[in-house]
Amino acid sequence: MSRHAIVLRNATVVNPDAVFVADIGISKGVISAVGGDMTGDVEIDATGLNLSSGFVDLHTHLREPGKEEAETIESGSRAAALGGYTAVVAMPNTDPAQDNVATVEFVRAQGVRAGLCDVYPSGCITVGRLGEEIAPFGELSQAGVVICTDDGNGVQDGALMHRALLQAQQANVVLAQHCEKSDLTAGAVMHEGECCSHLGVPGWPAAAEIEMLQRDLELVKETGAPMHFLHLSTAASVDLVRQAKADGLPITAEVTPHHLSLEDTLLTGFDPVFKVNPPLRTRTDIEALQRGLTEGVIDAVATDHAPHAGHTKEQPLDTAPPGMLGLETALAVLNTAVSLDVQKIADVMSWAPARIARINHLHGRPIAVGEPANVTMWDTTSGWTVSRESLASKSKNTPYHGMNVRGRVHHTILNGEIVVQNGKALK
Amino acid sequence: MKHLLDTHDLSIDDIVKIFDVTDRMAEVNRRQVPKVPALKGKTIATVFFEDSTRTRLSFETAAKRLSAEVMTFLASSSSVNKGESLRDTIETLSAMGVDAFVVRHKSSGVPAQLTQWTNASVINAGDGWHQHPTQGLLDAYTISREFNQRESLKGRTIAIVGDIKHSRVARSDIDLFTRLGAKVVIVAPPTLLPSHVETWPVEVRHTIDDVIDNVDVLYLLRMQLERMQAAAIPQLSDYTKSYALTPERAAALQSHAIVMHPGPMNRGVEITVDPADVPGSRILAQVTNGVSIRMAVLFTLLGGDSVLVGGES
Repeated sequence: MSRHAIVLRNATVVNPDAVFVADIGISKGVISAVGGDMTGDVEIDATGLNLSSGFVDLHTHLREPGKEEAETIESGSRAAALGGYTAVVAMPNTDPAQDNVATVEFVRAQGVRAGLCDVYPSGCITVGRLGEEIAPFGELSQAGVVICTDDGNGVQDGALMHRALLQAQQANVVLAQHCEKSDLTAGAVMHEGECCSHLGVPGWPAAAEIEMLQRDLELVKETGAPMHFLHLSTAASVDLVRQAKADGLPITAEVTPHHLSLEDTLLTGFDPVFKVNPPLRTRTDIEALQRGLTEGVIDAVATDHAPHAGHTKEQPLDTAPPGMLGLETALAVLNTAVSLDVQKIADVMSWAPARIARINHLHGRPIAVGEPANVTMWDTTSGWTVSRESLASKSKNTPYHGMNVRGRVHHTILNGEIVVQNGKALK
Repeated sequence: MKHLLDTHDLSIDDIVKIFDVTDRMAEVNRRQVPKVPALKGKTIATVFFEDSTRTRLSFETAAKRLSAEVMTFLASSSSVNKGESLRDTIETLSAMGVDAFVVRHKSSGVPAQLTQWTNASVINAGDGWHQHPTQGLLDAYTISREFNQRESLKGRTIAIVGDIKHSRVARSDIDLFTRLGAKVVIVAPPTLLPSHVETWPVEVRHTIDDVIDNVDVLYLLRMQLERMQAAAIPQLSDYTKSYALTPERAAALQSHAIVMHPGPMNRGVEITVDPADVPGSRILAQVTNGVSIRMAVLFTLLGGDSVLVGGES
């Protein structure tokens, strides 16, 4: 009989090559046993729970530094752990922006201090996200940055984007685009469609996303540089990515839980909690995105977790900031909206995003002896009602408040330490 | 009915009832002393985040003729300019004791948002491009009484001409006119049509001459001069050429046809004929009916069980 710091009893192990029930031992930060007789200093009954590598979010706004009233790295990390995440990529639209090594190092250090999930800072494509001068990719890369993005803004200047791709390739970073041609979205509030037309608000046309995506696919074709596409929201985007992948372009793409589940008609009551960028779109787009995810055209689910302090969402719809919470509801919303088997869920939530973020030496690993113990335990059957009051995020802007969802994260283990047990954060 | 935010919230039955009350208010307004004590003790706050002197005065006149107290809040001279939030503004005024807020805002949806922060009634006095329900009601009422069709506008053809896309008046009018049975034709350059106009219950034409001789109502919208700067239309003269009511076009109207406009008019832009020279002009009747409609709306929302007292107060 072997002895371990933690034993997970009767877990349903979800690995890329198999799904099987076993007892799992964890010691010294790694998985120390799979099956066999064992005892643990701490034992967790994982009967009926899926055990997979911890989730990896490619798209998290932690708001620190700059907007600590909305979220801190600690509160956001806690929300992440509760959502089953053991790693998040922190978006660079902080204040100051993550366009320099000092800010990147600060974000990483705050993540370590919180100790609830691994925080991987991303960098900017341009200095200050202003779209004018390319950020120092070489220095950022040396500081451990893998993904650079101006998220919140698309890079408008095609020539600059071309140069950025070449320099990113040299520096070994991946550029991630927020596809939005801003000349088509001035003042835009919601998807330009039937609902928008009747409500009388400025529309955000699908063309604004499609146009930039098309341009960037041409630039990837020309440079050979890899690229990641953030939060795709239209049916046409799925078709473009499908074709580009068939053509062999080195691209990856993500979709958010909200674009897989929520329609633009939710804006009928003018509640800014449903305002997000890119906007909620139509049933046709939702179904195309779901199909794209199921078929592997879209690689990963990413939350675009975007906390906003309460008073900022108490503005008129046209001036309220876009964005919604996502970390604590991602698994449940995905599982409720799209019919996926447990391996596919683990793939889009953990394995694929870990590869895209190039952290697949630590995250998104199979459950096997010697592997890092960054794991989460979850089910796809528990029904619950989302309540904004019970979320760990400092902000309350969840669009799912009051909605019934299915699937729940029970326990999360980070580097061999239990950080969430029975749905409660331990620190 | 607690609030009036959007014409879509009104059933046909609600509309007909409001029109009946409006007839009685019109009768009050024709008296020597046009005032009744129906809303005595009630406080009505006009909260205009965007200036609109005529709409505000119309509501305040309506409130005073029903003997309500009137509180006026103008954003231009208030703490809103110091960054006060919508919520704080409405909660502060509510704390002073307000029974109804009459709200104008440049952003669509603000009156609906305010309902979550007050127990008072909220009346939308125009929000962004979204809705202007009392304007829609007074327009539908004016047409209904003109053609002596008390409960519907069946058989009538109404052309609405101008900037439909950015018009809250058009959105309210089109909903009410079509649900009351009228056929609505909108006339506008393509850049001033709403997107997805095919989902609207209207016909679309691109010049006023296509409709001028077969409409019962010609409804002209105000052409916002800033649209010109946004290049939504190429030239003012082009707009006038295709869309303005000229003396020639006024002469081409059917003899029973009427001309309407929500005001204020841009003379020389959407109307080059003097309305005083157009026998069918009902532009001033709209203003008069506006006071009666707003009295009816205030009474319907706040009157409760009180009766509309017949005698002069």
